[in-house]
Amino acid sequence: MPTNVEKDQVSGRETTGHEWDGIKELNTPLPSWWVYVFWVTIIWSVGYWVVYPSWPTATDYLKGTFGTTNRTQLHETMANVAAERAPYMERLAALDVSEVVNDPELLNFSMAGGKAIFADNCAPCHGTGGAGNPGFPSLQDDAWLWGGSLDAINETLHVGIRWDANEDTRLNDMPAFGRDGLLEREDISDVVQFVMGYSNRATDGDAAQRGAIVFEENCAACHGDNGKGIQELGAPNLTDAIWLYGGDQATLTDTVTNSRRGVMPAWGDRLDEETIKMLTVYVHSLGGGQ
Amino acid sequence: MSQGSMAQTAPSSVAVNYNMDVVRWGALATVFWGVIGFLVGDVLAWQLAFPALNFDIEYLNFGRLRPLHTSAVIFAFGGNALLATSFYVVQRTCRASLYGGKALPAFVFWGYQLFIVMAAIGYVTGVTQGREYAEPEWFVDLWLTIVWVCYLAVFVGTLLKRREPHIYVANWFYLAFIVTIAMLHLGNNLAIPVSLFGTKSYSMFSGVQDALTQWWYGHNAVGFFLTAGFLGMMYYFIPKRAERPVYSYRLSIIHFWALIFLYIWAGPHHLHYTALPDWAQTLGMTFSIMLWMPSWGGMINGLMTLSGAWDKLRTDPVLRFMVAAVGFYGMSTFEGPVMSIKAVNGLSHYTDWTIGHVHSGALGWVAFVSFGAIYHLIPVLWNRERLYSMRLVSHHFWLGTIGIVLYITSMWVSGIMQGLMWRAYDELGFLQYSFIETVEAMHPYYIIRATGGLLFLLGSFLMVWNVYKTIRGDLRNEAPIGTPATVAAE
Repeated sequence: MPTNVEKDQVSGRETTGHEWDGIKELNTPLPSWWVYVFWVTIIWSVGYWVVYPSWPTATDYLKGTFGTTNRTQLHETMANVAAERAPYMERLAALDVSEVVNDPELLNFSMAGGKAIFADNCAPCHGTGGAGNPGFPSLQDDAWLWGGSLDAINETLHVGIRWDANEDTRLNDMPAFGRDGLLEREDISDVVQFVMGYSNRATDGDAAQRGAIVFEENCAACHGDNGKGIQELGAPNLTDAIWLYGGDQATLTDTVTNSRRGVMPAWGDRLDEETIKMLTVYVHSLGGGQ
Repeated sequence: MSQGSMAQTAPSSVAVNYNMDVVRWGALATVFWGVIGFLVGDVLAWQLAFPALNFDIEYLNFGRLRPLHTSAVIFAFGGNALLATSFYVVQRTCRASLYGGKALPAFVFWGYQLFIVMAAIGYVTGVTQGREYAEPEWFVDLWLTIVWVCYLAVFVGTLLKRREPHIYVANWFYLAFIVTIAMLHLGNNLAIPVSLFGTKSYSMFSGVQDALTQWWYGHNAVGFFLTAGFLGMMYYFIPKRAERPVYSYRLSIIHFWALIFLYIWAGPHHLHYTALPDWAQTLGMTFSIMLWMPSWGGMINGLMTLSGAWDKLRTDPVLRFMVAAVGFYGMSTFEGPVMSIKAVNGLSHYTDWTIGHVHSGALGWVAFVSFGAIYHLIPVLWNRERLYSMRLVSHHFWLGTIGIVLYITSMWVSGIMQGLMWRAYDELGFLQYSFIETVEAMHPYYIIRATGGLLFLLGSFLMVWNVYKTIRGDLRNEAPIGTPATVAAE
């Protein structure tokens, strides 16, 4: 019941004759481009419903003439990748790691794959590029707790370190000398001074001298008489400047008192042989491979 | 520019005793919660760039502050803006005072503030349902249900006692917002409490059904809270401020019903390439595409209403806020359908692009149109001759605009880069980047984003000052905008 239809001077359109709190409305028709584009989106949608899975029915749903689903797309993509990699993977499976590095093509493939695999699985602890983090060894230097040869790295990757679920896991346990009452507080302080002496950082010569005896009686069995470590036991070299948890007095005291028990998963339980071979090649190449 | 909306009432001799108390409270609550929401948001933005900024305090960690920010902005700031403007608009355009006397609208307002406070306390103390934008636990949900039913009663009651023959388009949008939010709230929050006196509850849905229910809710919170509700605001304040008739009545009808009908189906586009059945993904995507023009109907009606009044943008920064808001609205309602296309979504999903998209809507559309409405309302509600300072409004506008531009452009770059890095393969099909490398690459953009947010926050401080001075009755001695710049004499 429009009563006050007016003509708008600016647009030349008529108003609808309604007014609310001073607001009026023009009787402008729908913009035609708006209507056309709206129709286009509707028609496009109907077309999309025909070719892709769309409306549900009482018992099923319209499958679409293309027969494409998320699942088929995924399977196709994965199958393509697998097919491209197949020739490399077959050779990787057949060859030993030491042979892989002598095959330039396979070496190249393993380095590319190993980098991605490392980023997905190893980087959270060992850092991107294997630079290491406190408690997680750097893989770029030549200090290897359990050996830096291709075979040793391959074995470590397979069985993990202190990984209880794998019976062949790399295993050693440094006693918690202080916590378990094996050494007195003064003995620990002395042996820490002695160990710091390996890198010429002892601050108390007398203590370091006393510590030598403590070291010989308690530590040398694993870390060696000269403190250079024993790789077969996974016992670190104490004479280089490389410290897994830190080499300052406080950290060393903590380590001797409470021990350390870093863990690495047994990747052999989670990744296939070819993948571990690629990872081995990559880690070996990071800088310190022996 | 005129502030004369109180004076130019419709030709009618009936004097109406409008209930403006609740509108005044709502306007102040909008400003208050807005600043809180922006502040928490910017703290989060800096935390993303420098995680140490949570200071290892559990109440300040990202996981707890994030829902505090989203709820403060959407429900506290946006909700109060809708509450205040809907109560104002429905009274003015119906020429009727609010239904329910003084008590019921007051209960709606204070009940809603209690809901906000209960929700916020829950977030920082770790009481949450873990449903995005619906984090409050069951007892808070029940309280909101009571408040919301009363809100509906006040609004519909006022419509029913209107003295105008027709219901103005703004009120259709407000009503659609109130009704649909009620439905969404009830549907999404169906949960069974573990015990009568415990805070914990479990959703009645599980797995992908739960996910779809959540995004049916989540997307329509955008559609009906942040779109329909604020379109209602736009439909009153733009023609009012521009002093021009609405561009097209027919367009308002068609785009209203098209928007309402199409929006509700679009939620599944949040679950592309998930366990959601393909057919549901298809429907979510196609309905989002079809939603493009219905959304733009509001933009056309908002912008074209300016024809014959474009010159006012030079002199009226309040109108500028609202028009820029409509521009941002048009941009994000185009970006939304684009991002719902599965091929695009495969790149954009889970990246910062989504965050940028949401903020071009939240900062550009929702906040700007609300600022415009608040700046328009404050002098009207407190019977002041004009705002304390138009120049401060203009500064607020530019700070906000530059802030938004920094925010969304940095998130476009960062988001698209992030998506491309995630899917970068070498020729042998091996991923090129680790996740942490993508995080490191985003760092500079996080800083730009946080800087943009800071500008936006600073702008809102200007608003607080301006609102405070206006209510006090102060008028800043300044040259009108659009005249040659002069040194403002304090």
